[in-house]
Amino acid sequence: MSTVKTAAQPLYRWFAEFRQPGRGTSWLVGVLLVVTLAMSAANLLLPPESPLYVSTYTITLMGKYLCFAMLAMAVDIIWGYCGILSLGHGAFFALGGYGMGMYLMRQIGDRGVYGNPDLPDFMVFLNWQELPWYWFGMDQFWFAVLVALAIPGLLAFVFGWLAFRSRVTGVYLSIMTQALTYALMLAFFRNEMGFGGNNGLTDFKDILGFDLQADSTRVALLLVTTLLLVIAFLTSRAIVQSRLGRVIVAVRDSEARARFLGYRTERYKVWLFVYSALIAAVAGMLYVPQVGIINPGEFSPLNSIEVVVWVAVGGRGTLYGAIVGALLVNYAKTRFTALMPDAWLFALGALFVVVTVYLPRGLAGLFDRFTSKNAETAWPERAKESNGGLSTAEVSA
Amino acid sequence: MNSLNQITEQAREVMRRDTTWPFLVPRKRSVNVSKNVILYLEGLNVSFDGFQALNNLNLYVNDGELRCLIGANGAGKTTLMDVITGKTQCDSGSAWFGQNIDLLAHDEAEIAQLGIGRKFQKPTVFEAHTVFHNLELSLQGAKGVWRALTATLSGSERDRIDEVLEIIGLEKSRHQLAGALSHGQKQWLEIGMLLAAEPRLLLVDEPVAGMTAEESERTAELLTSLAGKHTVIVVEHDMEFVRSIARTVTVLHQGSVLAEGTMDQVQNNRDVIEVYLGEEA
Ligand SMILES: Nc1ncnc2c1ncn2[C@@H]1O[C@H](COP(=O)(O)OP(=O)(O)OP(=O)(O)O)[C@@H](O)[C@H]1O
Ligand SMILES: [Mg+2]
Repeated sequence: MSTVKTAAQPLYRWFAEFRQPGRGTSWLVGVLLVVTLAMSAANLLLPPESPLYVSTYTITLMGKYLCFAMLAMAVDIIWGYCGILSLGHGAFFALGGYGMGMYLMRQIGDRGVYGNPDLPDFMVFLNWQELPWYWFGMDQFWFAVLVALAIPGLLAFVFGWLAFRSRVTGVYLSIMTQALTYALMLAFFRNEMGFGGNNGLTDFKDILGFDLQADSTRVALLLVTTLLLVIAFLTSRAIVQSRLGRVIVAVRDSEARARFLGYRTERYKVWLFVYSALIAAVAGMLYVPQVGIINPGEFSPLNSIEVVVWVAVGGRGTLYGAIVGALLVNYAKTRFTALMPDAWLFALGALFVVVTVYLPRGLAGLFDRFTSKNAETAWPERAKESNGGLSTAEVSA
Repeated sequence: MNSLNQITEQAREVMRRDTTWPFLVPRKRSVNVSKNVILYLEGLNVSFDGFQALNNLNLYVNDGELRCLIGANGAGKTTLMDVITGKTQCDSGSAWFGQNIDLLAHDEAEIAQLGIGRKFQKPTVFEAHTVFHNLELSLQGAKGVWRALTATLSGSERDRIDEVLEIIGLEKSRHQLAGALSHGQKQWLEIGMLLAAEPRLLLVDEPVAGMTAEESERTAELLTSLAGKHTVIVVEHDMEFVRSIARTVTVLHQGSVLAEGTMDQVQNNRDVIEVYLGEEA
């Protein structure tokens, strides 16, 4: 028993490093970079017969996980640090994804089934004669990226401005975010919207002139995803460690107190919400070329709830916890669905219940418990109960 | 033609050189207390679902005064502070800060920046932050989002924090999480947060609740020392404490002022005795 403990000690200490502001950063960044670089090298340089060869399937899977990790981080920024439980972040992710999807769709050109140089296949199928106005310019990469950021950012701004200015908080806000993503899902299901209806956008051929099926493109996409995740992580880290971050945590723990100190808390919340939505949109943009499809299912309310579970498992209010949580839960999901596809949702629900009851601060909190030092962003007991936490009843419903 | 004239007229008005565009006028105005009165509250009425929490309340507070507000539970003391700080909208009446600032036209954040600080009845500090960071967040200065992103502590701000830490006796706990402080220490920290903001007017709701006798003695000392430079309004149930600091006492009863005067005057007031009959005042 004791030998197990002593053996585990270095592991705890290693994990606890993450919590130290400076060094935790380099650890996580280092691990991410080394792992993805090694995977890339193993894919491109080794022959498929080699035992160390990493398949392109695995490369793409990893890229997908990292997109989810970025999305989880976006949720953690507002939930963990500001106490705003968004159950609709999938909407920003999907909007970013659709922006990228539109670009990829236009890249197909006349290689589609119907061979129409301007209109994507689904529009020809619907007997449309010309491109809707909002598709113009989407054949330019820079413009598509701009739009894919601007639309979710604007939506988050308007939504946040309306909600936070009228001081909607807690469960009501969560329900509103859920309704937002649900409404978007219904809208995108409609063929008249011009986004491919329930089939969504798919059959992409290439991105920036590179073949999407090529191994090298897949590897490049993985590396770009890693790089952007690292940049988003470092930026977010800098934000939460600045005074801005301290005001945000103050708003989470006692919004009234912050207001009576002269902070316009609604502005802090709006800007943080927009920032978080932008990160989610970037994640969505990276996701689509790797999985090769975007459809209205991405707006599904369930998706957004899953993200919250990833964050809860990893430990909210730590940033790295969200990343670790997203990677672990998604890996488990891949494994689990291969064995018992139908049981995954039950497993996810059970996981969430276990985490809420036994590990209120997630894995990060678990490992933190073994180190005496208490990091400054620790979730205080009182706030844990009063702030937008999801009760077990809510998730199993 | 006529409308064109109107437009040019308007344009000329906008471009006048002797005025400043409204949005360029600095929002932060300093309070004018030339009449020596810092707070005018007249005819305030607040009702919650038909229950009259404040009932035609009139109250004037002089600049630099230390005023005690007493009254039974539910008399409306906290509600009064809510109105002054912009948390609660009143149904009718007026509230002026000095001669020039209409408090009813501002929201909580603006009122705080105008120089009115408030301690809540239930001690409220940022539990996930250290004592030091609690004070840092309370410092006077720009409170905008972009400023906060790039803000660093200046030397004088650091000194100010150290000064406050010394006043509230929490130097040793400066790097402790506020959530780990004792109840009395949290009360002190919250008072310290007020001090760090250097407000003109401090509203202190039940500062010694949950404090030991010794702690409340120190609180009394602190509050008396603040009067003069700041104006302090204290709500407290602890009569001994009130007696030790009070110069002028205002008694609230069912949302309006029942009596005002020195502690002795108030205690011998007929109305007060009637209301508090049987209660030790
Ligand atoms: N938001 C509210 N909604 C409904 N009623 C309220 C609200 N706030 C206060 N009241 C009522 O108004 C009355 C005055 O409350 P207030 O908190 O001002 O009393 P108080 O003098 O501070 O009392 P205490 O000494 O107990 O703190 C009470 O009866 C209270 O129940
Ligand atoms: Mg009260």
